[in-house]
Amino acid sequence: MALTAPYVLEYTYRRSVGPVVGQFLTGLRDQKFLGMKTSSGRILVPPPENDPETGETLSEMVAVGDAGVVTTWSWVSAPRKNHPLQKPFAWALVKLDGADTAMLHVVDVGEGGMEKMSTGMRVRARWKAERIGHVTDVACFEPESPQAVTR
Amino acid sequence: MATREIAVVSFAQTNSRRNELDETEMLLPVITEAVKRSGIARSDIGFTCSGSCDYLGGRPFSFVMVIDAIGAWPPIEESHVEMDGAFALYEAWVRLQHGDIDAALVYAFGKSSQGDLPDVMVTQLDPYYVAPLWPDSISLAALQARAMLDEKRCTELEMAEIAVRNRKSAKANPHAHLKGDHLAANLLGEPYAVAPLRRHDCPPITDGATAIVLAAGDLARKVCKRPAFIRGIDHRIEPHALGLRDLTRSPSTKLAGERAGVGKGKIDVAELHAPFTHQEVILRDALGLGAEVDVNPSGGALGANPMMVAGLNRIGEAAQRILDGKANRVLAHATSGPCLQQNLVCVLEAE
Amino acid sequence: MSEPKPKQDEPIKRMLAPVRLEFTVSAGRDKTAFLGAIIEGRILGGRCPSCRKVYVPPRGCPTCGVEMVGDIPISDHGVVTTFCTVSIPFEGQTMKLPYVYASIVLDGADVPIFHLVDGIDAKDARMGLRVRADWRPPAERKPTMESIRAFVPTGEPDAAFDTYKEHL
Ligand SMILES: [Zn+2]
Repeated sequence: MALTAPYVLEYTYRRSVGPVVGQFLTGLRDQKFLGMKTSSGRILVPPPENDPETGETLSEMVAVGDAGVVTTWSWVSAPRKNHPLQKPFAWALVKLDGADTAMLHVVDVGEGGMEKMSTGMRVRARWKAERIGHVTDVACFEPESPQAVTR
Repeated sequence: MATREIAVVSFAQTNSRRNELDETEMLLPVITEAVKRSGIARSDIGFTCSGSCDYLGGRPFSFVMVIDAIGAWPPIEESHVEMDGAFALYEAWVRLQHGDIDAALVYAFGKSSQGDLPDVMVTQLDPYYVAPLWPDSISLAALQARAMLDEKRCTELEMAEIAVRNRKSAKANPHAHLKGDHLAANLLGEPYAVAPLRRHDCPPITDGATAIVLAAGDLARKVCKRPAFIRGIDHRIEPHALGLRDLTRSPSTKLAGERAGVGKGKIDVAELHAPFTHQEVILRDALGLGAEVDVNPSGGALGANPMMVAGLNRIGEAAQRILDGKANRVLAHATSGPCLQQNLVCVLEAE
Repeated sequence: MSEPKPKQDEPIKRMLAPVRLEFTVSAGRDKTAFLGAIIEGRILGGRCPSCRKVYVPPRGCPTCGVEMVGDIPISDHGVVTTFCTVSIPFEGQTMKLPYVYASIVLDGADVPIFHLVDGIDAKDARMGLRVRADWRPPAERKPTMESIRAFVPTGEPDAAFDTYKEHL
């Protein structure tokens, strides 16, 4: 048997976020989502600094809704230590109202399991009471209402 | 543009499994073997390029430690990519295009078993919007699988059948890690890992190392009976934001495949770097591979998935079938990044 | 990790992005054998079949790129080839300042190991000083180089420069 030893790699990075990410995070602190408008009129959320198609520098940020549609999802029945929720939950790509692209976050279905999840369902952000300008200022998304599920 | 003829002339790999060796110990015999099989003296190798990831072992600049395995004295011309070794092979191919050297050594190593691999892979993600949520690699692949199921591009049964086929093929590969006979219907009775993926849809956590020697035209013919000539090689990348991509398609693979000339002739064998079952469906589709193509006779990444090595292994396994006289025209694919973000396609042919 | 909280009306300019990953690292085959011998009060080396050099600990030969053959017993006596005198305190220090940290070529080896030199006034440390391992008692040894408390002078005459100049 080879000798083994525990080893921890820890980086305490404090990142400069720049104007675009900074505005998005400031928006989260202020309980709203901001997207980036491209020259072709698409609204990308989360906002990139450059147009993914042309590379053009982007700067026009617009508010989008804090509810939207699940475009795809996966179900975690046994959360890992680092996961944002420590109960069974879904990862989801959520296309917010007014946005043309979906962002990654988690969905807490409350009581019940993955039978509560479906592609196309509507979800709404649950904001944390204390927000610091971080993607986890959104505690999770929640099903908007049982009737709102659309396919 | 006329490119210089470059061929794979030798390939060696570890018996992929979890092992007790350190990185240099894994690599040394593999590099020794690949160089020996190439028939080219170490001193005639003009360039060495490697692929690995420091985060796997948690040691920054770990690629410097393994330089011991290549005997870098007198000082050699060397380079490294923090990527799968397949991308190091691309760099070596480009270096050989310069024309001033005739042989190159490419190697890759990954000791994934030392950490929590699905979490380690989070370090490759966008650090502002995505990584702070710690979406592990299996969860992200599961988002892609769900999209495939929703689009009716595959079924859970078809995914299980892909697992069954790869692990059955792996039985014939002495280097494979996870192999055996299974029934797809039985596998569907297993619980989900991260739904809709079950354990059989996911790759094993494997330690491994691989080395390949490339040689240019005349040297390749001199040292090797049946060199595997690289007739096309290209790689393409897509935006990292998952929401910007159609996860059910791989336009980067399609484009790389076209640029590499996949469609110019019949493909005998395709080695696809699809760590998750549903990704094989996406790749087959992007590359236009029909049922007649023998896909992953090695067992693929589902049979053994040494991180940063599994892509280079696809090139090695495909090339070996030419070296052994079992195929005339083969395709190898390697991927990097979450949900098939970046893709390399290589077409190799016998003369 | 604490961060001064940005005022609620100021734009966000920074974010904390900690990364913490836990590993169980393997010492590998050669270092496992080497550290196992250290517990027994022995030092192992390996000889390169190509250049014949003896490495401590055993490892793949970094100049020839070949695996080493066998476990070669190495003396726990050697010579200080070069050294530094540490006079600044830092966390985790166990030695009284100032102390000597040296490159030591053990008899029978071709590459140095690095260790503390004790039992000598720091100002008397010198190149060519003959030293030996001062082992901790067997019950206190662990698979680390700290099983050797330090190297101490043997009292032999200093080694001539020509005998170790290759190892500088
Ligand atoms: Zn040597």
